[in-house]
Amino acid sequence: MAYNVYFEDVNVGDKLPEWSRKTDFMSWNRYAAVNDEFVYIHMDDEAGRAALNEQGAFGMGNLRYAYIVNALLDWVGDEAEVREIGCQFRAINQKNDVLTVVGTVTEKDAADGEHRIRLDIDVVNQKGEPTCPGHAVIVVPSRT
Amino acid sequence: MAHRAQSTNRSGCRADARTLPKQEPNIQDAPIRNFEPIVGGYRLSTESEQSTLVTQDMVDRQGVWGSERPSPPVSESDIRKWAIAVYWPKQPPRIYWDADYAKSSRWGTIIAPPDFNPFAWPIVPDRPSSKERSEAATNTPRSGRGQRGMNGGQVDTYGVPMRPGDIITARNRLRDWNERETRLGLTLFTFHETEWRNQTGELVKLRVSTGIRY
Repeated sequence: MAYNVYFEDVNVGDKLPEWSRKTDFMSWNRYAAVNDEFVYIHMDDEAGRAALNEQGAFGMGNLRYAYIVNALLDWVGDEAEVREIGCQFRAINQKNDVLTVVGTVTEKDAADGEHRIRLDIDVVNQKGEPTCPGHAVIVVPSRT
Repeated sequence: MAHRAQSTNRSGCRADARTLPKQEPNIQDAPIRNFEPIVGGYRLSTESEQSTLVTQDMVDRQGVWGSERPSPPVSESDIRKWAIAVYWPKQPPRIYWDADYAKSSRWGTIIAPPDFNPFAWPIVPDRPSSKERSEAATNTPRSGRGQRGMNGGQVDTYGVPMRPGDIITARNRLRDWNERETRLGLTLFTFHETEWRNQTGELVKLRVSTGIRY
């Protein structure tokens, strides 16, 4: 994959290619297995309801974070770098949600010998509701 | 206690679960009312006077790094499994599992996804099940002033990538805080730092987590 995106090719206002996954126990359990994140609220509808989520078990914030990382690096390429990600978990990831990482380029900057692109990012559900607003900074190569 | 860094990494989702998570109030944007800076520092709370949620323990710990905790060595297999999980059901990028491909990249080796957690699966003493701990937490009254909490999110700055064979060392500190009136009342924002460095001292990740109490 190497580099997919060069600094000169990106403009403020450009959209991050959308990156989506349907989430349910298959994706949550696999994430629990690698992150040793076995918490009943992510495994058991009864525990989810006890935690005041009427629909039952719900997904991990950390998995949504991973989706943000994936969306960024799938766009820019595996030799580019994620330099910064900031986000807040604002809404819950319900079972069978289709989560989509979205982003918009807000700044371009050459600093500290790096060509950096800043984006506003979010993970929205199938209703278009924001669940994880934040920002990211990625480092890409320059053609010059 | 090498597993402690992991619990920091997990804290987002646990708080996520506890915080009536349909829609957290955006209190960062709430109007500031009746805020009077206290000259000479923070007045500390007592039972009879709650002019601040800052505790003496916080003051004592501010800026002081805790003990360093090393991870087990990062393995190719752990990276591959992590990548499969976070890309499921699609195939993850080759840089995470194909050594020949990775050799030809600028990295020269397989690298881990930036969000990879090398502190997963620690050896720990016997402990209560997470369900028992969850029930205990549910049964703990959290209605008092300063006892309610929310996860205010985090900002991660990344340095060099993690690679197979790396041993990551974590340390934490309470960096600082600020306190102000919001629509939730007196609200304390705390900023904790978690720093990861590899075996040569290079920065891998610095997480600044925001905690909210009101």
